[in-house]
Amino acid sequence: MAFGPHLILATLEGLVTSAVLALMALGLSLVFGVMRVVNVAHGEFYMLGAVLAWAIASAFGGHPSIGFLAALVISPLIVGGVALVADRLVLKRLDYNPEATIVATIGLLYILQQVALTFYGPEARPVQAPFTYRVSLPWFGYSGYKLAVIGASILLLLATWFVLSRTRIGMIMRATQYDSETAQAFGIPVGRVYTGVFAVGAMLAAVAAVLIVPISQAHYLMGRDPLLLSFIVVIIGGLGSLRGTVVAALLIGVSDGIISVFFSPTLAKIIATFVVAMVLVFRPQGLFGTAAR
Amino acid sequence: MTSSIFGKKISRRSTLKGLGAAATGIVAGPGFVRYAQAQSSAPIKIGFQAHRTGIGAAYGRWYEKTTNAAIKAINDAGGINGRMVEVIVEDDGTDPGRGAEIVGKFATQYKVDVAYGTLFSHVVIGSAPVAGEMKLPYFVVSEGHHVASTKLNRYVFQPGITDVKSQIQAMAPWISAYAGKKVTQIFPDFAFGYDHRDYLPPALKAQGADVIAQIAIPPTESSFTKYFPQIPADTDVIYHVMVGPAVLTFVKELGEFYGGSGPKLFGFIDSLEAVDINSPGLEFLNGSHFWEGAPRYAQDNDTDAMKAYRAAVGIDENGASVDDPKDVSTAAHMFGCWETLYVIKKAMENADYKGPEDRGKLVEATEALTEFAEGPEHPQGPKTFNGKIHQCFGIQNISVVEDGKLKVVHKTTIEDGLYEPEGDYTTQPL
Repeated sequence: MAFGPHLILATLEGLVTSAVLALMALGLSLVFGVMRVVNVAHGEFYMLGAVLAWAIASAFGGHPSIGFLAALVISPLIVGGVALVADRLVLKRLDYNPEATIVATIGLLYILQQVALTFYGPEARPVQAPFTYRVSLPWFGYSGYKLAVIGASILLLLATWFVLSRTRIGMIMRATQYDSETAQAFGIPVGRVYTGVFAVGAMLAAVAAVLIVPISQAHYLMGRDPLLLSFIVVIIGGLGSLRGTVVAALLIGVSDGIISVFFSPTLAKIIATFVVAMVLVFRPQGLFGTAAR
Repeated sequence: MTSSIFGKKISRRSTLKGLGAAATGIVAGPGFVRYAQAQSSAPIKIGFQAHRTGIGAAYGRWYEKTTNAAIKAINDAGGINGRMVEVIVEDDGTDPGRGAEIVGKFATQYKVDVAYGTLFSHVVIGSAPVAGEMKLPYFVVSEGHHVASTKLNRYVFQPGITDVKSQIQAMAPWISAYAGKKVTQIFPDFAFGYDHRDYLPPALKAQGADVIAQIAIPPTESSFTKYFPQIPADTDVIYHVMVGPAVLTFVKELGEFYGGSGPKLFGFIDSLEAVDINSPGLEFLNGSHFWEGAPRYAQDNDTDAMKAYRAAVGIDENGASVDDPKDVSTAAHMFGCWETLYVIKKAMENADYKGPEDRGKLVEATEALTEFAEGPEHPQGPKTFNGKIHQCFGIQNISVVEDGKLKVVHKTTIEDGLYEPEGDYTTQPL
C-alpha cells in the first residue's frame, strides 16, 4: 500500500482509539480531580457497560439500531447506579482516603469481574452495529460505524465540557475540586457531589463501552487494557485536567494507530509506556496538570 | 503445659482437639474417599483440565459437553474394565501457570488415573513437565505439533486429533492448486501460531507456492485493521488462523478492509470457531475456504457414526446446540475429546489397568496402538497412531462457504499428512 493511504488508515484507526479512550480517561480523570480517588475499578465499569449493552440489545427485537440506542441510554444509567451504590457503601465509609480507596477499588474490580463471569459467562458476544455501511475508499474499505464512533465521542466530549464550564453543576464540581473544605463552608453538599461525580465517571466509561462493543465484543476481561491506557492518558495529560486528558488521548490514540500500522502494535505500547515514564520524571504533574499544593 | 502465641494461651487439650479435627478433615477431603472393595469397583478418575474461563472459554465449554457425552456413552456401555468412569473438572483459566498447578493437583490431591483434555498449546507446554515429573499420563486434544515434536515427555499423548504440521502438509497441495501461489499468513502470536508459521512455508514450497508475508497477532488483540496494510498487494490468498475472544472482530474487519474484492481467503475454522458464519458483516466470506477437523454442518454423506456422535453431543445440523441455535459449537476440534476418551478406554483395557500403579503399563499400551478404525468410537474418520511420537494422523476437510453453510469440498488422505518422525519418546525411561 502506498504511503498516503497507509497514513490515512493509520490515522483513522488512531482516531477511533482516541475517541473511546478520551471518554473513558475523562471519567477516570474527573473522579481523581474532584475526589482524589484513583479508581482502579474504572475498567470494570467499562466492561459492565459493554456486557449490559449486549444484554439490552439482545432483549430488544426488530432493527439492530433500536437495541443499540436503548443500550446507549440504559446501560450507562445502570452502570451509574452501580457506581453510586459502590460510592455510598464503600468509598464514603472509607472517608475517601486515597490509600484505602485504591485497595477498595481493586476489590471492586474483582467483584465486578467475577459477577460478570458468573452471570454473563466467559464468552465474547457481539452487539450488532446500528447500521452497517462500508465506506469504500480507492485503496481500502473502512467501517462507517467506526467513523460514527469518532463523531459521537466528539459530541459527548463537547457536552461534558459544556456541563463542566458553563453550568451551575459544573461550577459546583470545579469548586469542590479546587478546595473541598472551602466549598463545604459555602454550603456545597460535598458528599453528594462526590457520589455524583463517581457515578458520572463510571457512566462515561460505560458510554465508551457501548460505542465500542459493536466493533469489538463484550467480554468479561475486556476492561484491563483500556484501564491501563486510561491511566497512561491521565498521567500524561495531568490527573484532574480535562483539557490535558483529551489532548493526551488524541496523542496516545493517534500515535498508537500510526506506530501500530507502520511498525508494530507492541512497539506502540512500549513507546506509550516510555512516554509515561519520561513525563513522571520530568513533569510529574502531567502536561496540563497543576503542581499539587 | 501451655504455650503462648501472640499472647493467646493455647492448652495441650485444645491443641490435640484441633489436630484431631484437622486429621478428620484431611481424611474426609478429596482423594481420601474409601471404597469397601478398594479398587475393584472404585471409579476410574479422569482429571479434565478445562478452559472454562480465559481466552479459550468457548472451546472449553464445548470440550466439556463432548466429554460428558462420551463419558455417558462409555459408562452406559459398562465403563472401562468393568469400572465406571468419573471426570474431575478443574478450570485452568487458559493459563499455563494455573494449568501446571492443576496437573499437579490431579496427581497429588485427586490422585486421578490420567489427566486429559487440554486444548491451548501454551497451556499444554506449561503443564507437560508436571505430568512427566508426576508420571501421570496426560492426554491432550490440542492440535499443536508440540507432542509430535518429541520436545515434551513420555507421559504426554495426542491420540484424538491430528497435529498442525500434518494438517498443513496434507492441505498444501490443495491450497497451491486451487487458491493461489502467493500466500500471506496471519497467525496468533503464540505456540500454536508458530506451528503454522514454521510448517506452512516448507509445505507450500514443496508445491511450488510461496509464503510472501507472515503477520503475527497477539491472541488477546481486540482490533485488527491496523495489521492489514502489512498484507502485500500481490497476495493471491490470505491464509488466516486466529484464536481468542475477538475472532469475530478479526474476520469482520478483514471484510470491511477488502469488501468483496480482496485476495482469496483460506482460513482455519479456528478463526470462526464457536461463531455463526451468518453473523452480520460476514457476507463477504461466501465462496471462501476453511479447514475443518470435523465438519460443523451436517453433510449429505455423513456416516451413521457421525450422526450418532452429533446427536449424543447435542448439536443440530448447523453445528449449534440443539437447545439454542445461537450457541455455535467448536465442532472442528471437539470430536478430538470423544475420540481421545475412547483411546484411553482401549489402552486401559489392553493394559488391564487396575490403578495408578499401572500408569507405566498404560503408557506402553498406548504406545502400542497403531490404528483406530472409523466408527462410533472414531466418528471423524480412520486414524493411524505413531507410538514413537505419541501422535495420531487422520483426514482433514476443506470446506467452502456456500448459502450460509460450510460444505466439504475436499478430504485429504492419512498418507497426505505423514512426515518423518522427529524423535522417539519410547527411548525415554518410564
